Amino acid sequence: MDLKRLKQRGEFEWELPKSGAMRVPGIIFASRGLVEAMDDKVREQVANVAGLPGIVAASYAMPDAHWGYGFPIGDVAAFDADDGGVVSAGGVGFDISCGVRTLHTGLKLADIEAHQTRLADVLYASIPAGVGSTGTIRLDAAAMTAMLKGGARWAVQEGYGDAADLARIEEHGCVAGADPAAVSEQARKRQRDEMGTLGSGNHYLEVQVVGEIFDAAAARAYGLTAGDVVVSIHCGSRGLGHQIGTDYLREMVVAAPAAGIALPDRELACAPLKSALGQRYLGAMRAGINCALANRQILSHLTRQAFADVFPGARLPLLYDVSHNTCKEEMHKVDGGKRTLFVHRKGATRAFGPGHAELPQEYASIGQPVLIGGSMGTASWILAGSAGTEERAFGSACHGAGRATSRHEATKRWHGRALIDELAARGILIRSPSWRGVAEEAPLAYKDVGAVVDASDHAGLARKVARLAPLVCIKG
Amino acid sequence: MTWETFPHEADIGVRGFGVTLAEAFAGVATAMIAAVCDPAQVMAREAVSIECAAPDDELLLVDWLNALVYEMATRHMLFSRFEVNIAGHRLKAKAWGESIVAARHRPAAEVKGVTYCELAVRQQPDGSWLAQCVVDV
Repeated sequence: MDLKRLKQRGEFEWELPKSGAMRVPGIIFASRGLVEAMDDKVREQVANVAGLPGIVAASYAMPDAHWGYGFPIGDVAAFDADDGGVVSAGGVGFDISCGVRTLHTGLKLADIEAHQTRLADVLYASIPAGVGSTGTIRLDAAAMTAMLKGGARWAVQEGYGDAADLARIEEHGCVAGADPAAVSEQARKRQRDEMGTLGSGNHYLEVQVVGEIFDAAAARAYGLTAGDVVVSIHCGSRGLGHQIGTDYLREMVVAAPAAGIALPDRELACAPLKSALGQRYLGAMRAGINCALANRQILSHLTRQAFADVFPGARLPLLYDVSHNTCKEEMHKVDGGKRTLFVHRKGATRAFGPGHAELPQEYASIGQPVLIGGSMGTASWILAGSAGTEERAFGSACHGAGRATSRHEATKRWHGRALIDELAARGILIRSPSWRGVAEEAPLAYKDVGAVVDASDHAGLARKVARLAPLVCIKG
Repeated sequence: MTWETFPHEADIGVRGFGVTLAEAFAGVATAMIAAVCDPAQVMAREAVSIECAAPDDELLLVDWLNALVYEMATRHMLFSRFEVNIAGHRLKAKAWGESIVAARHRPAAEVKGVTYCELAVRQQPDGSWLAQCVVDV
């Protein structure tokens, strides 16, 4: 990205001044190096979001921002319903409530080394992964409606996981205001046999070991010490969420002109929050969030069964569960007053700081765990929401490394089989139905996740707590 | 070449060419399958009928590809041959394919949905047609 178009406001903060149709400025939180490496399309997309009706304060780009569709991946934008604000299906994306959850295992690296291959095989056999894979759970219409209303809370009632898990999921595992009636029959049909499946692309289940600790107090509160083995699961709302995105994007594209909304890019499709369509989408999207939370809860149950198979008596309490493709109704301080805003996080993680009322008591003095997926060969991170983050980007931080190389280019540059062998030689076991899928997700196809989390830390969004190294990766 | 994929930073662009609009739509469908697996590995065993209508050609392209995404997801199928007819902004098509066999098709990624990013349907100076967009994987 051309730095000449930006005004530097701090070492890790850059302003894209208001121009043209922009109603607010753009703010990019990143190091000079990361901004320079961003595609110019990111600037264009940040500016487009800044022009949407009712946007408050700024269109924010996180350090891992990259060229998306409509909104950049890594954008945060909040809208005020009383100021003509909108909700955007494009601003949430197809994979509603895609997110990451991390589970403790109570095991140390030394405990699993001798069993790593068996663990990889048992997990791969237990977790449905890849295109066309199906789960064993079939929901009839009434059960599907209950799931869409209840999220992870429904899953726990059905026997998947523990009630204790719920306190460590955003919104206690169930977002209010879901409207199953706003979810189409097609969306329900796509979900028919996809409950408890991982999906494909960049979704994964990874067994990881805690490496360096950067914040001892936060690590203590989160229950992490060096050498601990944890499991992280990255996936979303599966076919149901994808179809909700598809259905409402189209409806919003067609309805926008009549609502007086000029879209510079049809992918920005949105509807006024105070409109029947906007409200219907919010209800459907929240049902999609609950589907994702239920899905990750079921996957946790399958993971616990697999671990108990290899390590009898193993218990896997939840550390936390974050969603990074959402629109959430939240109270935020703006110009000294409190306002209810609809915060879109597209490839961005909620990152509430210490003292926030939403946090479980044991994390209250530390801040929200922010779970950052890296790539299968590098590192993942656990961060903590920084103090004052709500005044920066409505309590948000990065969500991952962000792609540096397109899938198209990655398959030309790397070969899946060779990558799997190379990673195995480094002690990282990959299990995947597709070599090409592995090549598309090659570690070097991603930005340096270390630079991204450093920038999040220095920008005051979320501070570093612990680095995690991969041991086993189940790729869809 | 009647189709190709093109780079997008996070996802995959799909493009079809044809003497007619319908041919270009068939090409872009093959490109979308190529985002999932090698289309040459997909046998044309059974046909699925698809019909859609839209206010303009670009939305018709999105609807056509999304209909295929839906059929792939709910039938667990992949497609390799397309017979497309377009009259006005109405499309009638048959897609031939087979059930997914993971060991043989080795599908790399499922298509979550069809985006409006880089969406274009246009006639080229030589009279042929181009249809393209980015799909989310």
